Amino acid sequence: MATKKSRLHIPRPTARPGDKPDFSYLELSAAGEVDKPSINARTRDIEFLSSGLVRVLDGEHHAVGSWNPDLDPAKLQVALRWMLLNRHFDKRMWQIQRQGRISFYMEAAGEEAVSIGAAMALRAGDMCFPSYRNQGLYMFRGVKLVDMMCQCLSNTRDMCKGRQLPIMYHSKNGNVFSISGNLATQYPHAVGWAMASAIKGEDHIAASWLGDGSTAEADFHHALTFAAVYQAPVILNVVNNQWAISTFQGTAGGERRPFAARGLGLGIPGIRVDGNDLLAVYAVTLWAADRARRGGGPTLIENVTYRGGAHSTSDDPSKYRPKDEWAAFPLGDPIERLKQHLIVEGHWSEKKHEALEEELKAEVLAAWKEAQQYGTMTEGPFLDPSTMFDDVYAETPHHLESQRRRMREVESGNGDGGTS
Amino acid sequence: MAQMNMIEAIRSALDIVMDKDPNVVVLGEDVGYFGGVFRCTDGLQRKFGEYRVIDAPIAEGGIIGVAIGMGLNGLRPVAEIQFADYIYPGFDQVVSELARIRYRSCGEFFSPVTIRTPCGGGIRGGQTHSQSPEAIFAHVSGIKTVMPSNPYDAKGLLIASIESDDPVLFFEPKRIYNGPFDGDPEKPAVGWSSHPKGDVPEGHYTVPLGKADVVREGSELTIVTYGTLVHVAVAAAEATGVDAEVVDVRSISPLDTDTLAESVKKTGRCMVAHEATRFGGYGAELAARIQKECFWHLEAPIGRIAGWDTPYPHAFEWQYFPGKKRMVAGIRSMMEIE
Repeated sequence: MATKKSRLHIPRPTARPGDKPDFSYLELSAAGEVDKPSINARTRDIEFLSSGLVRVLDGEHHAVGSWNPDLDPAKLQVALRWMLLNRHFDKRMWQIQRQGRISFYMEAAGEEAVSIGAAMALRAGDMCFPSYRNQGLYMFRGVKLVDMMCQCLSNTRDMCKGRQLPIMYHSKNGNVFSISGNLATQYPHAVGWAMASAIKGEDHIAASWLGDGSTAEADFHHALTFAAVYQAPVILNVVNNQWAISTFQGTAGGERRPFAARGLGLGIPGIRVDGNDLLAVYAVTLWAADRARRGGGPTLIENVTYRGGAHSTSDDPSKYRPKDEWAAFPLGDPIERLKQHLIVEGHWSEKKHEALEEELKAEVLAAWKEAQQYGTMTEGPFLDPSTMFDDVYAETPHHLESQRRRMREVESGNGDGGTS
Repeated sequence: MAQMNMIEAIRSALDIVMDKDPNVVVLGEDVGYFGGVFRCTDGLQRKFGEYRVIDAPIAEGGIIGVAIGMGLNGLRPVAEIQFADYIYPGFDQVVSELARIRYRSCGEFFSPVTIRTPCGGGIRGGQTHSQSPEAIFAHVSGIKTVMPSNPYDAKGLLIASIESDDPVLFFEPKRIYNGPFDGDPEKPAVGWSSHPKGDVPEGHYTVPLGKADVVREGSELTIVTYGTLVHVAVAAAEATGVDAEVVDVRSISPLDTDTLAESVKKTGRCMVAHEATRFGGYGAELAARIQKECFWHLEAPIGRIAGWDTPYPHAFEWQYFPGKKRMVAGIRSMMEIE
């Protein structure tokens, strides 16, 4: 409606603390409603994928429609196991942080299918450029729980040798890149990695993830531009968990068009998927991966999900959103949904589920007991601080060797305090 | 040996490393079909193909970010930023990513990107085509920062930079692409053909990173500088008759403190010169290091000649640029201190 005066629209979430949760803004499709096109389809012919919502699991927990990947029940049980492991690992680490035994933590509660579903659809040689809530990728790609815990502890077995905040993992063997604390920076890396793969004549692809809030960063747009221009074999995931710390997805510009449509202007197909439906996440990732591997270029996937927990251990979401919002989220909990699907199909039971949960809790606890043996923040063994001068360069230059000596002098109560 | 200007020397370096290593790729604005606005990549796309010499969209942050990703996948990218003045959109990718990937992943991941970028003034380029931002990058641990002052060093340093597993910021003083410049804008331009460092081997060689070069020996004063001002310093020394030693830093970071200190201990006086603004500049680091190493040898306070602390003014270029007039006066004033 045109007015006589210029005005600003200030985006506001539908509910704040004390309000009744209201997800009426979220446009939903029924399971099976959105068609699955050929991987060779032209972007202009599949724009509907960016506005609909690809869903496989219906309200009765059956897998329906053309996107149903018909995954073997054994595979789905494995998927459930990974998601549950992610959940229980996070719960334990959160508790450990609250006990003051690690400095910081970030949980993925409610978003586990985003990492696990995609990881299952990718090949081991495909490179992942994760965001900070993709710990499931590291687990799935073979990083041991004890090693992730040791990273969070900055202890003697820490893969980051005490240089990184907890959760900033990396895995060369698993083809999962190092997490940056700066947002969206990994997006152009994924595009460059994918371009290099094509330049070298390989069929590996790259995939990256960032949050709805991070789509506002320049790197998001740089990545989309380069991916589109060169048709790089890359999957670019937006994890729309509705919240970027305290600002809702509208503050990042999600009110009028879905994030999945961000690439359409560049000719990048976008798929909006139910991010809490593991089958759907798996199916769209596989579609995008096949398309990329056959020269079809990039796909932007918006995983619609909900950040079940706080942004981090330093955050208190009760200050800015209703406490019961997660329970009201129309796409539910990804673990519960896959569990019910398996039960309905006769491949799972409450009893088996309980047993699995107990098993995973024990696995996490055993890893925690082991991790502490390599040191904690308060009890040794401790890392040698003089290793802080390693890996700044391929070979440690003269001035850093000199500073290493000076630091050791300071630590031993000698020297001039490193004055120079 | 062949006669080369700095552009030809840079092109020759790229040609040689691309021939030798199929993983070397070049990307940047206008670098492909056209061969770069300064012609440094002319002919490379014709020779090595469109997969290895890539015309990029106008997004410096994207160019650097994508180059990092390529480097993570085994390529050895050489990214060109058309003017150093345009590098800032890519600053976060340099500082938070490129410089720290090896460190934060404890050596598991690294990306050996070289970023080439023309810098400096003296070409009537105004604020957006004249800056010298080397100090900003020298301040960042995890990257190496280089600035050659002649064709021979440009080729050898560029090959060393590309072959290094560390990321390198390679600043090319564009005023001296086609010939040395003594800082006097009234004099006709000269080419590199009459300069000994215009003789450049046609094949592969390197000039090591981290080594300064004494380009003029002297006993009374040390002028520590780099880039275009190396030539200004030499000309000014000759004009004053002061027996000044001129040290070309070449490698901004890591810095070859030993060569600097050795010279200043010999001469007892030191002037530091750069085109970039003075406050918080690289000259401050040079002066602090030299002061610490050479305090008991110094006969005068260390002097600094730098760009005035203003943005680079278009119409007042020759009042702003630390040219021969300022350098001569600076040398004389340094020698007057008792």
